[in-house]
Amino acid sequence: MAIDTRVVARAAHLARLQVDDNESAELCGRLNDILAMVDQLQQADVDGVAPLAHPLEVHQPLREDRVREPDVRDKVLPNAPASEDGCFLVPRVID
Amino acid sequence: MHTKTLTELKAGLQAKDFSARELTEHFLARIEHHDGTLNSFVTVTADQALAQADAADQAIAAGDHRLLTGLPIAHKDIFCTEGVRTSCGSRMLDNFIAPYTATVVEKMADQGAIMLGKTNMDEFAMGSSNETSFYGPVRNPWDTERVPGGSSGGAAASLAARLTPGATGTDTGGSIRQPAALNGVTGLKPTYGRVSRWGMIAFASSLDQAGPLGLSAADCALMLTAMAGHDSKDSTCVDEPVGDYLGGINQDIAGLRIGVPEEFFPENLDGAIADNARDALRELEKQGAKLIKLSLPSVTLSVPAYYVIAPAEASSNLARFDGVRFGYRCDDPVDLEDLYKRSRSEGFGAEVKRRILVGTYALSAGYYDAYYKRAQQVRRLIRDDFARAFKDVDVIIGPTSPETAFKLGAKADDPVNMYMADVFTIAVNLAGLPALSMPSGLINGLPAGVQVIGNYFQEGRILNVAHRYQMATDWHQTIPGGFA
Repeated sequence: MAIDTRVVARAAHLARLQVDDNESAELCGRLNDILAMVDQLQQADVDGVAPLAHPLEVHQPLREDRVREPDVRDKVLPNAPASEDGCFLVPRVID
Repeated sequence: MHTKTLTELKAGLQAKDFSARELTEHFLARIEHHDGTLNSFVTVTADQALAQADAADQAIAAGDHRLLTGLPIAHKDIFCTEGVRTSCGSRMLDNFIAPYTATVVEKMADQGAIMLGKTNMDEFAMGSSNETSFYGPVRNPWDTERVPGGSSGGAAASLAARLTPGATGTDTGGSIRQPAALNGVTGLKPTYGRVSRWGMIAFASSLDQAGPLGLSAADCALMLTAMAGHDSKDSTCVDEPVGDYLGGINQDIAGLRIGVPEEFFPENLDGAIADNARDALRELEKQGAKLIKLSLPSVTLSVPAYYVIAPAEASSNLARFDGVRFGYRCDDPVDLEDLYKRSRSEGFGAEVKRRILVGTYALSAGYYDAYYKRAQQVRRLIRDDFARAFKDVDVIIGPTSPETAFKLGAKADDPVNMYMADVFTIAVNLAGLPALSMPSGLINGLPAGVQVIGNYFQEGRILNVAHRYQMATDWHQTIPGGFA
C-alpha cells in the first residue's frame, strides 16, 4: 500500500511532527520503501491466529497496597524547559 | 590490567594485586587516550568513578566482597543515572539530568560496581550502526572506517578496545548481539522480563530487554547475576528465581542437542559467514553436541513484523517528549501546537521521526488490521515455531549477523537495507527468548559472531554452551590492533 505526501502529512500531524514541504517527497519515498518491505506480511496465512501482544503469558505479580507519594517536584522541575512557582510553563492556551 | 576479564580482575582485587582505585584510574586513562578516535562514550564520570573506587577499596579492606566489588562498568546512555546526563543518544535529551537511577544500574552498584561513564548509542536505540546518535558515530576499533553496529555500539566498541572490562546494553531487535558480533565481544539478551526495565528509556516496551556485554561468557554470567531479578517497579519483570549462572557454566555439553535452522543459512548468505558459523558448530560437535537440522518457517517474516510492532510501540512511547516537562524545547513557540511540533521535529533525528511516522500510520484508523493486527498474528506464528523447535533441541545456533562490520555511511541513506542487519536477531525479541552472541573468528580481519538461542529462562544453558566454546577457542581473547 503506497502512501502519498498527503497521508504523510496526516500521520505527521497525528504524531505532532512538522514535515516541511522540501523534505516531504524524500520522506514519503523512504516510508514507502519501509512499507513495501512490511507488505511481505500480507503473504502470511494468519487465519484463526490470535494476535500476540506480549511474548510471555505469565501473571502479573500484585504489589502491596500501600500509599507511596514521593515528593519529587524539586528533583523533576529543574529538567523543565520553563517553570515558575513549582509549575511547568507553556504558551497561553486560553485567550 | 585491561586485557583481563572481569572474572580475572575480581580475583586480582581480592588478592590485593591492585586496588580498585588503580584499576579505575587505568581504565579512565585508556578512555582519555583512545576515545577521541572511537567516540564510544557520551559522558565519562571520572570523579564519581574514583569515589566509588575508594569506597570499594574500603569494602575490600573490611572483607566485604560482593559480586562486582571494585569492577569498572560502562552503562549504555539509555539507563537513567541520577545526577548524570542521560541522553539516549538524542538532542531531545542532551540537557536531561535523570532525577532517579535505573534498577539495573542500582543493582550493579549495590554489588559494588564502579560506573566509568555512559556509552554512545543509536538515537533512542533505533539503528544498527550507531550512526543515528546525536553525538556522532562510534568507530569500530577493528577498523575505524567501519561501524561498530548498534544500537549498543558504544558499549561493544569500548569493550573491544579494552576501555572498560564490562558494559550494559539493551536489545530490542538485536542491539546487544549485533554490535557484540561486529566487535568480537560476548553479549547476552536475556529472556523478556528477566531484567527490570525501570529507568531504561523505552523504545518498544514488549521487546526491550537489558543485558550484559563482556569479554567472555563467564563475565556475562557474573554481570547477569547482579542485573537479573524481580522488580516491583516494572510490572513485566517476571517473578522467577535468578539462576546460578556461574555455578553451571562449565558443565559438560556431551549429548547437547543443537538445532540448526535452515532459515539462518539462506542461499544468499555470504559464504564466509556461513562457513564461520559451521566451524563453530563443528567445535561444539567435537565436545559431544549433536546437530539437528530444523525449520522455523515464519522466522522469515520477522523483519516485516518487527517494523510494524516496534515503530507502533515507539510512536506511543515517544509521545512523552513534548517540550513541556523535560527535554528539548524549540525557541519562541507561538502556541502549544507549535511548541509540540517544532520541539519534536528539532529534537528528534531523521530515523526516529521515520519510525514514529511508520508507527503512527500503522496504528491509524483504517490501517490497524492490515498492519498492527497482522504483525501480532505473525508474531504468534514465530513464537510457536520456536516452541515447536524447543521440544526437540536444547539450543538453536546460527550466525548473529549476515555480515561483518560495514563502512561508515554505507547504508545511511537506505533504511530498509540497514534493517536487514538484524535479520537473524529480531525473531528472538518477538518470541521473548534469551540469546547470546559470541566471537567465532575473523573474516578479512573483522570479527564474526555466532548466536546461541535458548528456551525461556535458559540463560544458564546458553552461557554454559558459550563458555565451553570459549574454553576451546581464543577468539574472545583477540584484541584489535592498536588497543593491546
